[in-house]
Amino acid sequence: MRTLKDVPVGERVTVTAVRGSGAVRRRIMDMGITRGTRIYVRNCAPLGDPIELVVRGYSLTIRRSDAAMVAVEGTRLTTHT
Amino acid sequence: MAVTIALVGNPNSGKTTLFNALTGSRQFVGNWPGVTVEKKEGLLKGYADVTIVDLPGVYSLSPYTPEEVIARRFILEERPDAILNIIDGSNPERNLYLTTQILELGIPVVCAVNMLDVLEKRGDKLELSRLSTALGCPCIAISALRSVNVRSAADLAVQCASPAPPDKRSGVLNPPVSFNAITERAIAELQALLPYPQERGNRRFNAIKLFERDEIALARLSAASTLELERIVALAESELHDDSESIIANGRYEFVERTVAKCLARHRPGTSATERIDRIVLNRVAALPIFAAVIFAVYYVSVSTVGAMVTSWTGTVLFGSIVPEVIGGLLDSAMAADWQRGLILDGIVAGAGTVLGFVPQLLILFFMLAFLESCGYMARIAFILDRLFRSFGLSGKSFIPFVIGTGCGVPGIMASRTIESESDRRMTIITTTFMPCGAKLPVIALFAGALFQGSGLVALNAYAIGIAAILISGLILRRFKLFRGEISPFVMELPEYRLPTLANLLRSTWERGLSFIKKAGTLILLSSIAVWFLSSFGIVGGGLRMLHADEISRSFLATIGGMLSWVFIPLGFGTWQSTVAVITGLLAKENIVATLGVLYGAGGMQTAFSPAVGLAFLYFNLLCPPCCAAIGAIRREMNSARWTTFALAYQLCFAYAAALLIRIAVTLIFA
Repeated sequence: MRTLKDVPVGERVTVTAVRGSGAVRRRIMDMGITRGTRIYVRNCAPLGDPIELVVRGYSLTIRRSDAAMVAVEGTRLTTHT
Repeated sequence: MAVTIALVGNPNSGKTTLFNALTGSRQFVGNWPGVTVEKKEGLLKGYADVTIVDLPGVYSLSPYTPEEVIARRFILEERPDAILNIIDGSNPERNLYLTTQILELGIPVVCAVNMLDVLEKRGDKLELSRLSTALGCPCIAISALRSVNVRSAADLAVQCASPAPPDKRSGVLNPPVSFNAITERAIAELQALLPYPQERGNRRFNAIKLFERDEIALARLSAASTLELERIVALAESELHDDSESIIANGRYEFVERTVAKCLARHRPGTSATERIDRIVLNRVAALPIFAAVIFAVYYVSVSTVGAMVTSWTGTVLFGSIVPEVIGGLLDSAMAADWQRGLILDGIVAGAGTVLGFVPQLLILFFMLAFLESCGYMARIAFILDRLFRSFGLSGKSFIPFVIGTGCGVPGIMASRTIESESDRRMTIITTTFMPCGAKLPVIALFAGALFQGSGLVALNAYAIGIAAILISGLILRRFKLFRGEISPFVMELPEYRLPTLANLLRSTWERGLSFIKKAGTLILLSSIAVWFLSSFGIVGGGLRMLHADEISRSFLATIGGMLSWVFIPLGFGTWQSTVAVITGLLAKENIVATLGVLYGAGGMQTAFSPAVGLAFLYFNLLCPPCCAAIGAIRREMNSARWTTFALAYQLCFAYAAALLIRIAVTLIFA
């Protein structure tokens, strides 16, 4: 299954589930990444990690290893450059 | 009647600005018990007995980060009379997520919606009357920055706090979020399990927390009830095909989405100023050079130019000649005894000079750091460097303390303030002084000159070993349970860029400066007096007397050095002279140069130290616990005697091991 970890910069996706457990998962959900949330991957850090997301109208950064907890599906219908 | 109002809100929502606007100068800054999170309280302007408590900025009331635990414990256990919830109006969804939780606590809530101007600049509009209806609590538009409506918001909170039976208070009986039927049934069943007497409004909050299997709520449940809880929650989870934490978070965000959809008129989003700035500042190619330029600017201004000028003036002119001359004159006219003169000039004035000498430099640094923090760039630094530092168990934000630490360890340690995660901050505090600071340079120069024909490689090597010590320590310390157990999720907001106000910057600078003088100052002053006493007194001819400058071999310090010197035998410098130099180095590292000069005289160094032993001595002093000023700063930032002791013990062990390895390695290479 595709996760947020592998989404290239510039793509929009929709969250299908947040997996894992514990503090990091809870934090991810508290910050607004829940099922059905649309996410735009805006940027990544100079060393490739972490990544910058636009979620619910604000900018959030998350490590790729943690982003692997977020299952997503592509919403290519609204391709945006 | 005394009223307490808690100020709650997300980080970067303008909470501190609102707090300053509401309380003015009537503030008390302290620490929450047991943690290094700052606690701020203040009296509300215009009232005699209304206290505002500024709770740490949080995104949720989950049980994980220290900030969240503090905020939650305060609200549940201290029961403030009302909550003033500040909401960043430009980012309503995530801010209202916290509000949905606050509204379940059974305490009157007033929502102060801040920064609507940012929202309106985008062409959006938030209908506050609709928001009030949806949330069931009063919502009022404010601008914390321009002090618009802040008084009305506070007045409203005070009115809501007025004594009324808990169930009559506004917004208490009907928390706005209702979850789906299955979840609601489970919550109702869990309310019956709650063992402890609760105020009415609180029961729902605690039942929801139980449903989420919240550690703090579970801890108060009996074993039998825990089994029953597991049955109830598991049933709901299997019916909903989801886990309970996610069911609640989804339910809250679904409510928030519906609410925002009702209240917010959205226009097609263009690119914001923040986005345009980030395209350059966080550009994959330009990000690192820009970052390097920013750090260089901070370092250059606060450590090398302005800071050094001001510091050397306070150090050498003010406390080096003006104050001693004036006080010396006074002492002469009062015909003070030699020991009184010594105590006052060499003990107290020199000690106070050390403390105050750092202050101007610190103030400049604090001002620049406050700017970086409040404009939003600090979060970007963590973003840029996280990958690099995480491999060594450190945080991206540790970089700033390390850079500043090459100028002076004291501001370096104080700069660790900007690291949110407590365990990352502690690791940074412990390792910052491994960087060779300005005061260590004369020591390096002395050894390079005496033993290595003044080779520049010695200094270069010192920096390389300093950096290596930091990285190795990162790896070592992460193995300790103390650092491993704590969770520091790097799921971080990149806030919008904002131009901070001068008043806020100055206030933050002043608060940090004052806390350094108070907490670190006392320690520095006391150790200065102690070392002065030990080095200038001794038992001579059976009686205690003050010694002349060339009699240091008969001082208490020399005796102590002789008693401790065996410790350094494995390192090759087990003499009382070297031990005394190490001790005086604890007062200020540059003292080592003077002490060795007095004890060995010119040319004595080569006979006393072989190259291997010289390097061992040098690196022991570079890596061992820093001068007392920096120790004072460590004590201040750790805010715990236990953690300070741990830090010093670790540095001591590390320095000893490193010096031993260096001695062995150099001996083998040159043998």
